Amino acid sequence: MSELSKLTIAAARDALKKGEITSVELTESCLAEIEKADALGAFVHKTPDIALAQAKAADARKDGGDLNGIPLGIKDLFCTKGVASQAASRILEGFKPEYESTVTSQLFADGAVMLGKLNMDEFAMGSSNETSVYGNAVNPWSVDGRKLTPGGSSGGSAAAVAADLCLGATGTDTGGSIRQPAAFTGITGIKPTYGRVSRWGIVAFDSSLDQAGPMTKDVRDAAIMLRAMSGHDPKDSTSADLPVPDFEAALTGDIRGKTIGIPKEYRMDGMPAAISKLWDDGTAMLKDAGAKIVDISLPHTKYALPAYYVIGPAEASSNLARYDGVRFGRRAKIDAGDGITEMYEKTRAEGFGPEVQRRVMIGTYVLSAGFYDAYYNRARKVRALIKRDFETVFGDGVDAILTPATPSSAFELGSMTDADPVQMYLNDVFTVTTNLAGLPGIAVPVGLDKDGLPLGLQLIGRPWEEADLLNTAYALEQAAQFVAKPDRWW
Amino acid sequence: MSIDIETARRVAKLARIAVPESDLPALANEFSAILGFIEQLNEVNVEGIEPMTSVTPQRLKRREDVVTDGNQAAAVLKNAPDAREGFFAVPKVVE
Repeated sequence: MSELSKLTIAAARDALKKGEITSVELTESCLAEIEKADALGAFVHKTPDIALAQAKAADARKDGGDLNGIPLGIKDLFCTKGVASQAASRILEGFKPEYESTVTSQLFADGAVMLGKLNMDEFAMGSSNETSVYGNAVNPWSVDGRKLTPGGSSGGSAAAVAADLCLGATGTDTGGSIRQPAAFTGITGIKPTYGRVSRWGIVAFDSSLDQAGPMTKDVRDAAIMLRAMSGHDPKDSTSADLPVPDFEAALTGDIRGKTIGIPKEYRMDGMPAAISKLWDDGTAMLKDAGAKIVDISLPHTKYALPAYYVIGPAEASSNLARYDGVRFGRRAKIDAGDGITEMYEKTRAEGFGPEVQRRVMIGTYVLSAGFYDAYYNRARKVRALIKRDFETVFGDGVDAILTPATPSSAFELGSMTDADPVQMYLNDVFTVTTNLAGLPGIAVPVGLDKDGLPLGLQLIGRPWEEADLLNTAYALEQAAQFVAKPDRWW
Repeated sequence: MSIDIETARRVAKLARIAVPESDLPALANEFSAILGFIEQLNEVNVEGIEPMTSVTPQRLKRREDVVTDGNQAAAVLKNAPDAREGFFAVPKVVE
């Protein structure tokens, strides 16, 4: 029954409900695939005992939700009770939370099965999954035997879904960390509106930008999983007290009369021809489906990444102040005569990798006395302008915005090692604007480049209108008919 | 803006990260590159713009100021690198 792990969530749900398969069979199929896939570096803490116990309980349950018995992978950023939750950092070595994140609690309440924890960039800081303490996650897609990045930070989630190790996975997205890896691996990933999904129990990186979301094999699965993850949580003061629609019910594929904006500022200098063509193709697909295409302008786009690299590190430096070797995680060995300051400094030097150290220090700098207004407050004002750009086009009647998801297809692991950190940051150029503006964004696989690697497009929607956004994505998916799968090498 | 070694040393100290003296020049260079990138923000006219504080205009939820949780000392201390007699233990702080 090794084919079962290839099912979509929707197909597995329907087969489970009809009694054609059991969750135990489905879960065993995924666990067997995981055991054969260590070369992908996707699952970093496997939890087969928990998975099988949850699968048995799901099979016995009569009133489970849509995810009853569905095996999922969970990004290592989510705190899971009694199971290592390290944010892929050395500083959280040995940390086993005494509590369960709201998202995983809701997934389990719906009946979902946890296969294990998934690789990621350390504290979600990275675009290639190369900053992880566990080592790289590897893209199941490969060219000429070269090992490619699955993207980041949710690289393990993307690799696991693309390689059919699980039916779906949780991701988190601060600047593009769901959408960029989804595009690099030919899967679907949605970052919902800020506040749609509770952040409680997810290791905090940039509190005003972080949102969790599903990474799945298609748009329908994203709709199913997002519904289970969403909802108001009194434990997250920024979570929205709004009803959660049945996102799947919105998937009609009918987008006639919708207005799709094409922002001219996203057509960057030096954009590869393959990306440019993909974008044009996607535009034509939506037009053929009956949407009205309009050219729009989002004039502050080019300032999104610089603003992000002030606000992000500033919030990260505050959030990561808690890792001090006192309350949880790892403490450095100290020398005779060392006081508490040396303990902090050694613990943080040993526990944080280079990218995390870099961002914590940049954040410390931009928040330090004398620079706060020049950097941090200015970036927050620019953020307000970026948000206003979107409000203006939505006010003019645009329903969704179509852009590329990434500036390239997946690149080779190690190829950015000697590059300036800013070069890596440019991966988020198309995705980071929605985090700053709090808007929902979804990446959908649309085509292949000349090397046969997947490429994705992004749709950006109005706040709280994920249902409409998912339906537009569904129409794009139906038109694109992306069915390619990676050739198995692992 | 160029960051000198002295500034890099000061920032590392403020961030409570031990950085060996030999790594400071490279760190200062990286900071300079990132801050150079950030400098673009100076091109934007932000006159009269209020800094963005929340993504959607909503009043943060209020709740009664009552105890909702507690008596979990063992759980709180469970992951501490050094916990003794119901306390977090750290190196000596005062002489």
